[in-house]
Amino acid sequence: MDFLGYRRKSGAVGTRNHVLVMSSVSCANGVVQAIGRELPEVKTITHTEGCGRATADVLIAKRTLAGLGRNPNVAAVLVVGLGCESIKADGLAEAIGEADKPVETLVIQEAGGSVKATAAGIGIARRMLIEAGQQRREPCPWSALTVGMECGGSDALSGLTANCLVGAVADWLVGEGATVILSETTEMIGTEKILAKRATDPRLASEIVDLIQCQRRRTEELLGERAGMVISPGNMEGGLSTITEKSMGCIVKGGTTPIRELVAYGQTPSQKGLVLMDTPGSDIFSLTGMVAGGAQLMLFTTGRGTPAGFPTVPVVKIASNSRLYANMTDDMDLDAGPLIDGRALADAREELIGLVLAVAAGDPTKAERNRQEMVAIHTTGPAF
Amino acid sequence: MSRNIIRIHPQDNVAVAVVPIARGDWVTGTGMEGLPAVTDIPRHHKVALADIAPDAPIVKYGEAIARARTAIRVGEWVHTHNIIA
Repeated sequence: MDFLGYRRKSGAVGTRNHVLVMSSVSCANGVVQAIGRELPEVKTITHTEGCGRATADVLIAKRTLAGLGRNPNVAAVLVVGLGCESIKADGLAEAIGEADKPVETLVIQEAGGSVKATAAGIGIARRMLIEAGQQRREPCPWSALTVGMECGGSDALSGLTANCLVGAVADWLVGEGATVILSETTEMIGTEKILAKRATDPRLASEIVDLIQCQRRRTEELLGERAGMVISPGNMEGGLSTITEKSMGCIVKGGTTPIRELVAYGQTPSQKGLVLMDTPGSDIFSLTGMVAGGAQLMLFTTGRGTPAGFPTVPVVKIASNSRLYANMTDDMDLDAGPLIDGRALADAREELIGLVLAVAAGDPTKAERNRQEMVAIHTTGPAF
Repeated sequence: MSRNIIRIHPQDNVAVAVVPIARGDWVTGTGMEGLPAVTDIPRHHKVALADIAPDAPIVKYGEAIARARTAIRVGEWVHTHNIIA
């Protein structure tokens, strides 16, 4: 079975064909935004990184930004830099690479300031839009797809309805040869052994245990008494008894197939099938890491309701309950609530697979219609 | 009798109440005969589908999510008062 996507030179496939204008450093955000105001068809990525960070964070930010540029949903990239920053425009452009797409740079100090840089950037982006507009969708195999799984603003039903549904679709996607990314390390605390026994080799199993235990310690150190909030009083009243039970409700959205690989934040998986990525549970950080890792589509479950989306990637929003679906219908793409009332999981699964197919082939999600476009890069240390 | 619980995985020895269940109510879900509730079970809380011995695993999602602190009877509410991590 195929879906209609945009095939890149390397064989990678986009579900979208966006021209991306991105900053290499936060000082260039204003110019990127000005280009975006003039050309609403382009997607823009701005952020708070690019300078004034320790080496480890510069590396994470550069890897992540390069991944956002490399994502197959992006047809062409204009990188805007300032000129004196740590992550320079040409270095980032080089990291994105021109194997798959045109990549150009613009440096504000060299262009003679923000007004001139904006004018030059509009010219470049306009040309990129015309070129990208020539490309047509063609049948592409599901194996070219990487789908990121996310849950945010969860409720007592998330682990009963929406996440079980997404897990069933994760298994289907893996069966079709696709890659599925399960992220949110914080949400895995308590399931170390359960995930480790699904790893395809013993070294991977031990890496998974180490990662989650490290996150557990960090959570306890940094949050102190609030670490208990990972399983909050509200969760307990809602019927969850242990951290393992709460986390099972989150990881069930990754399905039941073997775990092939563990990748760092923003790193591209080398394996097909189910892959873990080390990201925070916080939604926008997690989405950004998975897009940098190459995800061209996201399945995002929510019980309380969040409008979150991403500039370059369709985010399919699945409501855990029908009350939320009715209340935030402008933000929700699918209602998993009827599973509570006896709808068969197999039936709901077919509906979500149909939606994934339609969205992969270009149907806009609610988050895309609403231009819910947010980016947050997960760094680990302070700014200097 | 209408369905009032969800059993997530066929191996689970607990299920989740989708409505508040009162002691004496008939507990039933898709593909099961049903059993009487021996305690009240709050909405979205767990009910035992079998007798569970002390220290035996509580299985949900097909995985052990806790252990029984005491003997738990079929049809009994399962929560922090009778299970431990």
